[in-house]
Amino acid sequence: MNVVTPFEGIGASVKRKEDLRFLSGRGQYTDDIARPGQAYAYILRSPHAHARIRGIDAAAAKAMPGVVAIFTGADMTGVGSLPCGWQIHNKDGSPMAEPPHPVIAVDKVRHVGDPVAVVVAESKAQAKDAAEAINVDYEVLPAVATMEAALAPGAPQIHEGAPGNLCYDWHIGDKAVNDAAFANAYKVVKFETTNNRLVPNAMEPRAAIGDFDPATGEYTLYTTSQNPHVIRLLMGAFVLQIPEAKLRVVAPDVGGGFGSKIFHYAEEAIVTWAAGKLHRPVKWTAERTESFMSDAHGRDHVTTAELALDKDGKFLGLRVHTLANMGAYLSTFAPSVPTYLYATLLAGVYTTPTIYAEVKAVFTNTVPVDAYRGAGRPEATYLLERLVDVAAAEMGMDRVEIRRRNFIPADAFPYQTPVALQYDSGNYHATLDQALEVADWKGFEARRAEARARGKLRGIGISTYLEACGIAPSAVVGSLGARAGLYEVGTIRVHPTGSVTVLTGAHSHGQGHETTFAQLVADRLGVPVAQVDVVHGDTAKVPFGMGTYGSRSLAVGGSAMFKAMDKIIAKGKKIAAHLMEASVEDIEFDRGNFRVAGTDRSKSLAEIALAAYVPHNYPIEELEPGLEETAFYDPKNFTYPGGCHIAEVEIDPETGKVEMVNFTAVDDVGRVINPMIVEGQVHGGIAQGIGQALLEQAVYDENGQLLSASMMDYTMPRADDLPSVGVATHATLCTHNPLGVKGCGEVGAIGSPPAVINAVVDALRDYGVRHIEMPATPAKIWSIINAGRPKMAAE
Amino acid sequence: MYDFAYHKPTSIADAVKILSADPDARPISGGQTLLPALKHRLNKPSALVDLSAIAELRGIKRDGNKITIGAMTRHADVASNPEVKAAIPALARMAESIGDPQVRNRGTMGGSVSNNDPAADYPAAVLALNATLVTDKRRIAADDFFQGMFTTALEPGELLVAIEIPVPEKTGYAKMRNPASRYVMTGVFVARTGGNVRVAVNGAGPCVFRQTEMEKALTANWSPDAVANIKQSPEGLNGDIHGSAEYRAHLVTVMAKRAVADAG
Repeated sequence: MNVVTPFEGIGASVKRKEDLRFLSGRGQYTDDIARPGQAYAYILRSPHAHARIRGIDAAAAKAMPGVVAIFTGADMTGVGSLPCGWQIHNKDGSPMAEPPHPVIAVDKVRHVGDPVAVVVAESKAQAKDAAEAINVDYEVLPAVATMEAALAPGAPQIHEGAPGNLCYDWHIGDKAVNDAAFANAYKVVKFETTNNRLVPNAMEPRAAIGDFDPATGEYTLYTTSQNPHVIRLLMGAFVLQIPEAKLRVVAPDVGGGFGSKIFHYAEEAIVTWAAGKLHRPVKWTAERTESFMSDAHGRDHVTTAELALDKDGKFLGLRVHTLANMGAYLSTFAPSVPTYLYATLLAGVYTTPTIYAEVKAVFTNTVPVDAYRGAGRPEATYLLERLVDVAAAEMGMDRVEIRRRNFIPADAFPYQTPVALQYDSGNYHATLDQALEVADWKGFEARRAEARARGKLRGIGISTYLEACGIAPSAVVGSLGARAGLYEVGTIRVHPTGSVTVLTGAHSHGQGHETTFAQLVADRLGVPVAQVDVVHGDTAKVPFGMGTYGSRSLAVGGSAMFKAMDKIIAKGKKIAAHLMEASVEDIEFDRGNFRVAGTDRSKSLAEIALAAYVPHNYPIEELEPGLEETAFYDPKNFTYPGGCHIAEVEIDPETGKVEMVNFTAVDDVGRVINPMIVEGQVHGGIAQGIGQALLEQAVYDENGQLLSASMMDYTMPRADDLPSVGVATHATLCTHNPLGVKGCGEVGAIGSPPAVINAVVDALRDYGVRHIEMPATPAKIWSIINAGRPKMAAE
Repeated sequence: MYDFAYHKPTSIADAVKILSADPDARPISGGQTLLPALKHRLNKPSALVDLSAIAELRGIKRDGNKITIGAMTRHADVASNPEVKAAIPALARMAESIGDPQVRNRGTMGGSVSNNDPAADYPAAVLALNATLVTDKRRIAADDFFQGMFTTALEPGELLVAIEIPVPEKTGYAKMRNPASRYVMTGVFVARTGGNVRVAVNGAGPCVFRQTEMEKALTANWSPDAVANIKQSPEGLNGDIHGSAEYRAHLVTVMAKRAVADAG
């Protein structure tokens, strides 16, 4: 009989099963795969941000050693445009501008890095050599590198179908009600900010191998993807017109995604199409600089916000105007990020009664921008949590008190916000109080004084955040413009001897699913974690699922498994009732055992499974043999993790360098399955949040050249940039999924940036600093210190 | 990278012979700059002359008041050498602060000095310590060696063999790193040798340079306070997305102060 130790179920910090292969170099990543006879693709990319292609001469290149073929955009006849998965409508009800996104540029290039030709050769070096011999005749056009430049009258036009470089002009909220609230305000606090553009930089660069079997007509794409079924659907149906049955997409081990590997990229279509043309496998692997120029970037908002308050500091209304950079083309989910993943989050944890937000999405001659860890929610949280601090300062109120005064109370759930979302659960006072305690908020002034004696400026900052994840109810997102369902699928396959294989549409690229999901099975079915295998990332093995992003794998994918386990248990009860000659209603199931209630008669799951697969003594008239169940779970609502992050910093006033000295995170992620994995997810998210706040920025010059195109100029967070992070969880359970889970993948990146900047501004309070933009680099801080004389209060 | 011929001579004479015969051949020591450039196809040498098998280019020895460091000596060896640690402690600490363990176990002092990257560490030490650069042909004073961004007095085919450093009384080094690359954004090396003070600034300008006003002030009064109010002009200094020329100029004063404090 299988016995699950209490150390393996829900709540246990089981060591990650997958780490043995990762840490011993036995992971199988896309670039590790070598198909027999594979050729190598190198993609020639545009060095210009905006140019007309007058001609491409590849004759000399084609004759070079090892060259198998060279294809340009003109060769890809019949290949469709890369599709966009979300349609936003303008204020007037008309659909957004949705210009074509050719797999390889035709006629025009629109950003540095835009593919112009692909060389397929026997080796990568030969492909590169040949690419250098391709002569592209460019007519360089004036470029627009910023949203301001793109929207200016007379600006160069990037797409014929997007006049004024505008993708959409969207809004949410009741403007009249909002205006009225502002008319009655005691005070209106205005705040402008830029949310810095980021480059995701997963450790594993993107890679793709296209393969084609002429005998069967089947295509296989191996790719670094977070959602292989979505890629199969988008590429098969819209780009290459390959029916699902003839297209297999495999996303093997993937080394980090952070959103950047959700999207369907040109290179996936290029290698698949080329494999079909050449009847040879074709492999492409990005180099790091290529990643900078071709992976979708994140964030990049410019926002003006106004908060109306009454005399007691209660929020009366919020008004937001945001410009969101789409880059040169619409990436797969780009339009949803600054709308339904951003503006709907502007209530945060507060009771603000009216919110009006207007978002203009703008095309520029830059790499496309799409979801990056948090996707819209970090932008909303940063705006709100900085604005609340600014408001507190201008109202002369304590930063904590103004938050408490506006929190949605713990007894107000379910809570309907004025921007569409209905929160199911939360306790913001509790997470705040716990974080203040852990961070020793009260003792801070003594630490500030001690630091000052050492010549350092110490500051503390707080962020009380909320996010919506576990995406998403399909009908709801469908009504908002999503062109996909967002359910998840799970199959529980109980084998004849009682071991279990789980098939999931979620995809693990660092999250530890193989362990967390096994724990769900161990907890419920009583099968040891070692006997539960999780299969994901292969459309040939797993039913149609939607993948991993938006902190959805456990809340949606885990719930699907839970539902499948319901079916296993229900069927098992019938088999057990037959075997033990009892009535089904009398069978109780608890962690691996089917028992006749009130007796000591029981059958293990393994015995039931064996009976199901060897149905000699079996209710064959009523019940099919076998013990395998699949469930598709569509969530009823988003989930709403929230919590409190507190950052403590010290600034060296001579250099402007910020040292993170302390960081406390108290997150409500719902029920925790594996605390160690949750802690790791929160650590990683906070590292990226600190990266955004202090270090990272994609910088374009005015001609659209990416200045920060390598690690030499793009500041990735390193170990010594990060503090020791104190992580705690304070759970209120999600009320609408069977596991009570909310999601933990993005909270770190969402909650932390404003806490850090609030701390930096606090440290600089004697210099009269109202705001400092991210990233708060040493040079930027020094220029503030250099410009302002310390205004020592009460001296 | 592009194709190139590969040579691995075992003597200075053989290396020089190959380099003199082929103006497009490049010597390679630790490869910490040249290899990335080759990988990015930014450089197309006809041949690489690998200096790693030339024993006479390696090693550190003290001879009376002079320390001689072979051009092919790795950063890790400079950092851990007892003679260097005792006689020029700031140089040992500087070597320990370069890159990461992998870089320090590949990169060489001679390679860094010959490359004269404005954001490299060693040129500041070599200039402040008034070292002599010994080549296969001649001896060059540090003041004459560093001529501009990635430019030195070395002639085509000429090979740096060793760096001779008169043992100083005091040395100190402080730097602000570029946040992304961790190369030097602005660094200052101070040295007092035989009563003479020399102050060298790296990172801030297109080439390492001496800050003579600070040298005078420190000659009169060896203390951080002596340089605390000396302003470096931003004119001609580097500015980029990580910091303006004004910021770098400001850092010269801050790092000079800290370098003197470091020297004690």
